[in-house]
Amino acid sequence: MLGGFDFVNFIFMAVIAATPLLFATLGEILTQKSGSLNLGVEGMMSMGAAAAIAASYFYESAAGAGLSGFVSASLAVLIGFLAGALGGLIYSVLTVTFRANQNVTGLALTIFGIGAANLVGELLGIRAGGRTTVDDATKTMFSGINISTLSDIPVIGRIFFSYNFMVYLAIITAVILIILFNKTRTGLNLRSVGESPATADAVGINVTKYKYIAASVGGGICGLGGVYISMATIGGFAGTWDNNIIAGRGWIAVALVIFAAWRPARAMIGALLFGGLSALWLYLGPWLQNHLPNASIPQQVYNVLPFAATILVPIITSIRQSKDHSQPKSCGTNYFREER
Amino acid sequence: MELRRGEILALLGENGSGKTTLMNMLSGIYYPDSGAIYAEGKEVVIRSPKDAFDLGIGMIHQHFKLVDVLTAAENIILGLKGSTFINRKKLANEIRDISEKYGFSLDPYKKIYDMSVSEKQKVEIVKVLYRGADVLILDEPTAVLTPQESDVLFDMLRKMKEDNKAIIIITHKLNEVLALSDRVCILRKGELVGEVETKDATITSLTEGMVGRAVNLEIQREPGNFGEERLDISGLTCLNDDGLFSLNNINFGLRSGEILGIAGIAGSGQKELCEAIAGLYPIQSGSILFKNNNETSELSGLSPIEIARKGVHLAFVPEDRLGMGLVAGLDMVDNMMLKSYHDDKGFLVDRKKPKEAAEKLIKTLEIVTPGVSTPVRRLSGGNVQKVLLGREIESAPSVLVVAYPVRGLDINSSYTIYNLLNEQRKSGVAILFIGEDLDVLLELCDRIMVLCGGQLSGMVDATTATKEELGLMMTQIANDK
Repeated sequence: MLGGFDFVNFIFMAVIAATPLLFATLGEILTQKSGSLNLGVEGMMSMGAAAAIAASYFYESAAGAGLSGFVSASLAVLIGFLAGALGGLIYSVLTVTFRANQNVTGLALTIFGIGAANLVGELLGIRAGGRTTVDDATKTMFSGINISTLSDIPVIGRIFFSYNFMVYLAIITAVILIILFNKTRTGLNLRSVGESPATADAVGINVTKYKYIAASVGGGICGLGGVYISMATIGGFAGTWDNNIIAGRGWIAVALVIFAAWRPARAMIGALLFGGLSALWLYLGPWLQNHLPNASIPQQVYNVLPFAATILVPIITSIRQSKDHSQPKSCGTNYFREER
Repeated sequence: MELRRGEILALLGENGSGKTTLMNMLSGIYYPDSGAIYAEGKEVVIRSPKDAFDLGIGMIHQHFKLVDVLTAAENIILGLKGSTFINRKKLANEIRDISEKYGFSLDPYKKIYDMSVSEKQKVEIVKVLYRGADVLILDEPTAVLTPQESDVLFDMLRKMKEDNKAIIIITHKLNEVLALSDRVCILRKGELVGEVETKDATITSLTEGMVGRAVNLEIQREPGNFGEERLDISGLTCLNDDGLFSLNNINFGLRSGEILGIAGIAGSGQKELCEAIAGLYPIQSGSILFKNNNETSELSGLSPIEIARKGVHLAFVPEDRLGMGLVAGLDMVDNMMLKSYHDDKGFLVDRKKPKEAAEKLIKTLEIVTPGVSTPVRRLSGGNVQKVLLGREIESAPSVLVVAYPVRGLDINSSYTIYNLLNEQRKSGVAILFIGEDLDVLLELCDRIMVLCGGQLSGMVDATTATKEELGLMMTQIANDK
């Protein structure tokens, strides 16, 4: 029925679009598992994105002609992670130590992160005379890999073995989180902190430490989503970003956490679905043009699809109520030991 | 105070006498300002729950500290050091070994939210035993159990005692103290005022020790002076959110001048029944007829305000005490007004009358509060309950529904509440009393109705019924019904 629809490339593009969403969703799942509802995903992604470009830019200026794409990319990933983690750390200091309201803090972090990222982007652009991109050697690191024989297999090679390394890093992160939550003592303790901090406290678990680490590492993983956007999606461009650099993907990730029911495995499916929605116009558009020329849909309608779908997420998920797969119970409230 | 291995020590005292504070110090939640704790002859410092575990002290709190969405086994190993990955099979076997040793069974893979109260308690007990506790502290363990479940618990505790463990049990129920313990320590206002061998003690001597003077523990029950039927409930059926029966075909009548007790395990439909009568819970089918002076009206389908206007008042004391009765941040006057402001004329509210009413309540019920403008949140539990009950009585109800009015109160405050209810009964109010303590239900009520899983499993005359009879009805639907 869908003759002429380019499925292989559609899936390829869906995965590409899904990766930053997956990082952000995983980071937020980890954060929420500790009972912190950090709405600052968009901000932490922005910080990661800007920090990654800045890291590569300064390394490239310092290294001159002998720069290594590998070092540049590694620095971008590392610094991007740390920038996101810094966002998570700021969040933890405010909500865990100073007991600020979690929602307000998250929103403030979004505003702060976007602002800081725009500042960094503009500054880098001005230094380079208006606008700049990272070096081709760095860009190559963030484009697809080529594992000679595997990548050459028809269809399968394209769908499984041709992405850049961050796509695989996202999947590995998801697998690590699955094991952490379900198989390890650390994961068990973390879940108890998110569900019932008083219980965790009574058995001697350091609630504060768990919350700090989860929100910071979670923020770092969100930051990786930002790294992906700045380095791979927009090709390391620094200057004035239209509509800020993350462009709402952080908010989609917050909705995806609910869609995924706080499970990393489902986050992969959810991210792929939403990635597919945002890649749809590239393939469905031309297909419609060929087959039903009168029914063409403006690109803007496609662009709005993932955001429209986020509205449907809470509706769909509220129909399916399960005690095992709902939000960690203490999410959104701060823990006071004395208040019993 | 001292505790020996292989004994069960009962700790008695009124509310606020320091029982829980003392035990919290042993379990590392509070830290003493002065004084010393010795374990096995050596002075020890207990600064955190972990220190307590290291000394083999385990506390089972009144409100269970368990994570709902985790399994029994996961709760048991929470916070323990060990291999990074959890060996679930081995863990399950260890848990089965512990529970078999003390003669009970526990499914390690069952989720806490699927468990009954007594199962949760078993998880708590295994949790401390798994950590190698030699000293077990149980804070009011039987408050939420049926008599049969309590017996099972006592058997477990006796087996642990034989195993040379030391057990401290905090309770308000004196007959349990006599049945179970070896020694009794009595606290009054933070001081240890008595220490006796259980075999030398009687209920009267223990109560006198606790209160510091002789008390009359009889609830004055005068012969019933029953009037006309006030409420006639027939075929009352309600569904819960999952579409299951929360109340299934309930039929009963309530007469004026009568206290009808309702017994049942927590969650058997008591709350739903109260709320259905008060118009807060949707009714699937059946009718609630309200009769007053030969007028009969149907309550189901009316709004809570309309029902309250007819004189049906609900005083529900939830577990957190403040839940739906009073607004914690408001003071007594405002809370009184919540029920009366509808009757004010004009646009502005009248604060004078409710203020007078509040002052009257403070006097008549001996409510301890700095003043009528103190937020009720700052009052102690007993006083909060007096405010709630006082307000409902103030509006001169013809039907009074009270749920758990003495929850967490000590003997003295409890008896104030019982007397209050008895006065209302005498003046012809029809009272529906939902209680936890079967002894009290038997003493206070005229008839007792037992709910089990949302069904009416029995209706007995309180003057002739026994606790065992009630306990059985609480756990199973009578066959001969």
